[in-house]
Amino acid sequence: MEDAARLLQLVVNGAAAGCIYGLIALGFVLIYKATEMVNFAQGDIMMLGGFVAYSAVAHWGLNYWVGALIAIVATAMFGYALDAIVLRRVIGQPQFAVVMLTLGLGFIFRAGAGITWGYDSVGFDTPFTNRTVKLGALILGEDNLSIIFGTVLLCLVLYLFFAKTRLGVAMQASSQNQLAAYYMGIPVRNVFSMIWAISAGVAAVAGILLSPVSMIDVNMGFLGIKAFAAAVIGGFGSIPGSLIGGVFVGIVEQLAGYYLPAGFQEVTSNIVLLGMLFVRPQGLFAERMGKRV
Amino acid sequence: MRYLFRTSYQQDLRAWRHGGDVFWYGLLIVLVLIIPFVMGEFYVGEMGGVFIFAIAGVGLMLLVGYTGLISLGHAAFLGIGSYVNSVLLAQGVPFLITLPVSGLFTALCGAAIGRPTLRMSGLYLAIATLSFGSIVGTVFQKWTAVTGGFDGFAVPTPYVFGVSVEGATGVYYTSFAVLLFVLWVSVNLLRSPIGRAMVAIRDSEVSAQSMGIHLAKYKTLAFAISAGITGLAGALFAHYVRFLAPDAFDVLLSVQFVTIVFVGGLGSLRGAILGAIFVRLLPQAIAIVRDDLPFGIGRLPGLEPSLFGLVLVVVILFQPGGINGLWLKIKLWFQTYPFMRQASGRRQKSYARSERLR
Repeated sequence: MEDAARLLQLVVNGAAAGCIYGLIALGFVLIYKATEMVNFAQGDIMMLGGFVAYSAVAHWGLNYWVGALIAIVATAMFGYALDAIVLRRVIGQPQFAVVMLTLGLGFIFRAGAGITWGYDSVGFDTPFTNRTVKLGALILGEDNLSIIFGTVLLCLVLYLFFAKTRLGVAMQASSQNQLAAYYMGIPVRNVFSMIWAISAGVAAVAGILLSPVSMIDVNMGFLGIKAFAAAVIGGFGSIPGSLIGGVFVGIVEQLAGYYLPAGFQEVTSNIVLLGMLFVRPQGLFAERMGKRV
Repeated sequence: MRYLFRTSYQQDLRAWRHGGDVFWYGLLIVLVLIIPFVMGEFYVGEMGGVFIFAIAGVGLMLLVGYTGLISLGHAAFLGIGSYVNSVLLAQGVPFLITLPVSGLFTALCGAAIGRPTLRMSGLYLAIATLSFGSIVGTVFQKWTAVTGGFDGFAVPTPYVFGVSVEGATGVYYTSFAVLLFVLWVSVNLLRSPIGRAMVAIRDSEVSAQSMGIHLAKYKTLAFAISAGITGLAGALFAHYVRFLAPDAFDVLLSVQFVTIVFVGGLGSLRGAILGAIFVRLLPQAIAIVRDDLPFGIGRLPGLEPSLFGLVLVVVILFQPGGINGLWLKIKLWFQTYPFMRQASGRRQKSYARSERLR
């Protein structure tokens, strides 16, 4: 009984961490599906979102929910501007130029955050901090449950947005075929910037959900590397795939931290990623496709 | 302006374009050889560092600039080269054997990583090498029996034909010799069928494949060669730092290598060397002006990485040709004087090129 409860607890903790990876990976996938760019600064955008929420709650004394809303909107606007000002200029340049560009931007964001908010870890009070729910022998932190619940809710909202709204359908159309979307009168460039905005907003949500569990600091963006494992498992183009991949990576990481010697936990996600590339490089949820010249 | 009259087909395949190239590069080599007699120990040491980074830069240039793939884990290959070389030297193997062995071993590691990932688009290589880099970094830290972990590893002094390679001057000449060798190999590789296949893959994978180029094979080959050259640089790097610490080979170092390639100018071996000079001298320049900067900017802890990031962003956005492109533009200005116009160097309007499978 004791063992089963502990195992379950590890799984829940892992799933919560995995939801964060999944949300970051979701940001990669949204942008990749639409523009074929990979945003290596996604983790750093999450860090910015977390810091803005911290400022709103701890410095300006706002309500947690208001602060979270401000952070999400501000980060989304930042994402829009990022695409409109910087990324749009490199359309047509090789893919690796975009990789390096976003990587460079990530370093700049990190320095900018360091100048603005300092290099110490910070945290703020949330309605979920240090509260637990008891289910029989199982003690679950409300912080972890809030992450899982928030992720599910966000996915539902995103699903409804992409399936039901005009803008969402326009986004799907632009990512399937840019030229045809142009002909149908969709302002593709603005749509792409809006996808960057959504992706940045999702990253901000991830940062805010993460804040009760771990402190916010400048180097938080390195979580992005773990999120790559999630995206690759999902096949780098599948939105449910990236979430499932994230949860998988999170759970494996927790179990490895508990059962394997020290040092393994840090590299688990990397080993999972490389293993996946060796065994099934196209990911679990990829469609079979041929190349059109 | 110099006009090249081609009188034989061989002329197009030669490693140099005309006699002027041979003369000026020969003069440069002579100058580099006499520098240690003229300049102080510190400058000679720094130049040795530049040579080592230039070797790694040439290796990465073959991958990024000529094959169109990107690696964010070349620091790991540098580290593997360093540790293989140092551990073998400590076992009493002579330096002339450990140097090529560390290069070959690193090339094998590169092939092992490249083989599975290169079936997919080039993006996967960037991600896979990023995580390979962090796995290797952890291995260096935890495998204390071989690497010494955080206690570090004192690199033994190597001997070449009974002469010990010691101090700044020894590293300087050894690195310069290896740099010349690597450049000789790369120049000849690039005018061989392998090099042409690499360039074809960079320009269009689909058309390269339809010309009968085995994509996975040539990509893996390019990656292995690139890793191997970086391994050679790693072996020399061990003697440059003389005391190996596992945290030297982190993501930041990989980003520095890619900065060398981008800042120097993609698709030119000269660019790799110019980039190496820039990347090695930037921290020195920061150190000199650190105290004079306003608002205490010089004291910020994350200054160096963010400057590398800023340089990368600025170069990619405004000067995609890098330093080499700038040099070519200046040369063109003088050659065509007074006919250079604003639009002369302008990039063609380009559109998003899909690498997606449909």
